Amino acid sequence: MLNASLKELAGALAQKKISSVELTQLFLNRIEKLNPALNAFITVDAQKSLAQARAADERIAKGGTQPLAGIPVAHKDIFVTKGWLTTCGSKILSNFTGPYDANVIERFNGAGAVTLGKTNMDEFAMGSSTETSFYGPVRNPWGQAYVPGGSSGGSAAAVAARMAPAATGTDTGGSIRQPAALSGLSGLKPTYGLVSRYGMIAFASSLDQGGPIAKSAEDLALLLNVMAGFDARDSTSVERAREDYARDLEKPLAGLRIGVPKEHFGEGLAADVGKAVEAALAQLEKLGAKRVPIGLPSSGLSVPAYYVIAPAEASSNLSRYDGVRYGHRAKEYRDLADMYRKTRAEGFGAEVRRRILIGTYVLSHGYYDAYYLKAQKIRRLIANDFAEAFKLCDLVVGPTTPTVAFKIGAKAADPVQMYLNDLYTIPANLAGLPGMSIPCGFGKDNLPVGLHIVGNYFTEAKMLNVAHQYQKATDWHKREPDL
Amino acid sequence: MSWEIVIGLETHAQLSTRSKMFSGGSTAFGAPPNTQANAVDIALPGVLPVANRGAVERAIRFGLAVGGEKVINRRSVFARKNYFYPDLPKGYQISQYELPIVKGGEIRILTKSGEKTVRLTRAHLEEDAGKSLHENFRDVSGIDLNRAGVPLLEIVSEPDMRSAEEAVAYAKALHALVRWIDICDGNMQEGSFRCDANVSVRRPGAPLGTRAEIKNLNSFRFLERAIEFEAKRQIEILEDGGKIVQETRLYDPDKDETRSMRIKEEAHDYRYFPDPDLPPLEVSEKWIDEIKAKLPELPEAKRRKFIDLGISPAQANLLTSSIQTTNYALLMFGGASKANAPVFANWISGVLSSKLNEANLDISESRVSADQLRRLADRVEDGTLSGKMAKEVFDAMWAGEGTADEIIEKRGLKQLSDSGAIEKIVDQVLAANAKQVEDYRAGKEKAFNSLVGQVMKATQGKANPAQVNEILKRKLAG
Repeated sequence: MLNASLKELAGALAQKKISSVELTQLFLNRIEKLNPALNAFITVDAQKSLAQARAADERIAKGGTQPLAGIPVAHKDIFVTKGWLTTCGSKILSNFTGPYDANVIERFNGAGAVTLGKTNMDEFAMGSSTETSFYGPVRNPWGQAYVPGGSSGGSAAAVAARMAPAATGTDTGGSIRQPAALSGLSGLKPTYGLVSRYGMIAFASSLDQGGPIAKSAEDLALLLNVMAGFDARDSTSVERAREDYARDLEKPLAGLRIGVPKEHFGEGLAADVGKAVEAALAQLEKLGAKRVPIGLPSSGLSVPAYYVIAPAEASSNLSRYDGVRYGHRAKEYRDLADMYRKTRAEGFGAEVRRRILIGTYVLSHGYYDAYYLKAQKIRRLIANDFAEAFKLCDLVVGPTTPTVAFKIGAKAADPVQMYLNDLYTIPANLAGLPGMSIPCGFGKDNLPVGLHIVGNYFTEAKMLNVAHQYQKATDWHKREPDL
Repeated sequence: MSWEIVIGLETHAQLSTRSKMFSGGSTAFGAPPNTQANAVDIALPGVLPVANRGAVERAIRFGLAVGGEKVINRRSVFARKNYFYPDLPKGYQISQYELPIVKGGEIRILTKSGEKTVRLTRAHLEEDAGKSLHENFRDVSGIDLNRAGVPLLEIVSEPDMRSAEEAVAYAKALHALVRWIDICDGNMQEGSFRCDANVSVRRPGAPLGTRAEIKNLNSFRFLERAIEFEAKRQIEILEDGGKIVQETRLYDPDKDETRSMRIKEEAHDYRYFPDPDLPPLEVSEKWIDEIKAKLPELPEAKRRKFIDLGISPAQANLLTSSIQTTNYALLMFGGASKANAPVFANWISGVLSSKLNEANLDISESRVSADQLRRLADRVEDGTLSGKMAKEVFDAMWAGEGTADEIIEKRGLKQLSDSGAIEKIVDQVLAANAKQVEDYRAGKEKAFNSLVGQVMKATQGKANPAQVNEILKRKLAG
């Protein structure tokens, strides 16, 4: 059951081979056993989860047909969850209980899923290693000295260690895809606007997008069916006809044109990763795909542009954490300004403070044009690069990350090295395009390698089709860490 | 050498929507603190703004009224104005910065020195902040977020006004307009309409002087007083050889003075940038057309119609001070001639207005309908009633005693206009008051009034005074 796909779990539950309570308990036991070492969860509340499971069992008994009825799912602690502590990995929200459900949580509840807990994450999703969490670093199930990636590292570690069948994540610069790659999982960042951001605590509004992390592309399709959909409470939510993201899974790949950007295979790409990705490209060709060389000439500008836009938006988005209405407030202060200063200095960790400072700086009078406006122009150039590329190919494929997982602490003191981890994933966020990562082998120290797939807007079904066909022909995604 | 005062106004008009600018929270005024603030208004983690269509529509209506389609930006952008304050829950206010929804337009004003056009720079949508309550608490401040997120249209004028009188005329015209087109209730006590005044002085022909901005003037009187004080203050400084510092000032109505709030160097860097939570506001031609079709005829057009009816510009201004007044006047004037219309207008601006003021009623709540007032005025025109009698009838109508004709009938108030009958009475009065007749003929004009009084008394005030005068004069001369 721990390794079962969502389809298998749904089948077992529907046929009453197992109850949701039993299934939920199974995963709760697994969490109890492994979480103390891995630190993937910030909050586990067995009572709440089991109550949801009992309700699911009752609905199943009555013949209900919700797509995820009774299946436990772990949620990144960025999603506001009614009655659950919702911290966003930060001290400043360490006392904040969700007073409402995020749209994503509503959708999972509506689909019959059981909330298995809230997963650890980089503070306010700012990080690529889950080391910036107020709740301590998450360990990679494939090697506990290594980071699981971030910021959705808790979700990735939870699924990789089979503490949860599936989990939610969010991706601002790679925060779903990079931890999926580093943890041997499948992760999907949908087209910007496909999944509602309502109740998803904002980091950088124009880049943030929620998505699933799971063991396979097939599972991702089922999860995306639940997560995607218009929400009038999010003005950037896209109103379009519902679609079944699993509809094309079985389509053959003959004639598929996969674009391979030379910029993502150059300097900085570790040999072990390059080798695994090359093998994956060959596998896709074997399945009928045609390889097309493409260029993404502005790709190199994406990290600097991202580190202007994301901090700028974050500096404003995080202003609401001021100690006035909720969250942490400094105990002693002289006056209002002192209260703000102490509350925010105590409540935010170093990385969050760094980004607030950068963001405040780039938006300041006299610097706005040079930084923010220029970064927005680069953003358009990057989107144009992809538009050109998609004239030649159906999907852009390459490595998700330049290296396999690095050791905890290895890059903590060097933010730029840390930022460069997202070199290949950031362009999709800047362009608003869907991106995914699927396991495609192992590199040094037997650590997983991820294959990055970027599609054109709203082509998630096609991306999942390609990923599923690849996963039918390979078994990388079936490997599990030895725990 | 004289000084010229230069004034520009920034006016915040609260848009009359039921829900807030970016949330479904209620805009009801006067509720207990923090009961009208929802998750979005208090800026909980994860919440997002959604622009209120009704507020956008009202802004478009305003644009159409001040400048037509050409001043509506088909694409405008919401921007964040970042600063920390306890009554600003998000730590930023959503406003419009580089691309406002309305760009340009004008307001026509009338002052003692004549008509003038004040140009508008722009009008943009934004949300209000909450309120900090420093009274009623010990050692702490209270925060009421009921107002947080209330939709505002900030209307910015060019520095086109040259006196406090002009500024007040502009504010009044704007106030009348926003109510006319039904986008703002104009309630100044509740803060639904408030002005910031930018005031500077200069020698005529010189470049603009350094300005001071006086914040939050919520009555026309305060606006006038604040500008007058501020201009005087600046002139005194300059005449003493001093320099004006650019600053924000507050007007204190109790002391009738302005005081410095912060100087420019202390001004915030608001770090404006486009709000990534809100896509650019796109306004379609179709939507503009729909809004245009529903727009009432504007005060300026009505004013011209009244002037064409022979009514003075000043009175036409008064009759167009609200759509209700105009509607009342138009109902009353139905088919009136150029000769009659000004007389009818006097009824509205005189007797009716003072009665409404006394009773603190809006003209739409008048106890005498336009139709009834017209019938009363007609009775004066046809000679049935004297002015004095008409006033008595009006009071009775106001008290609910019936229509003009019913009251005339009931009280036997019909004016005596039969010249034969009046002549008879005049003869009797002249015969009985030989002394006064003698005095009058000796040149004592006062005696005439006494004789008129005697005649009126003898007719219980019903004699047509004009006729009495004429007959008396003729008889005394003869």
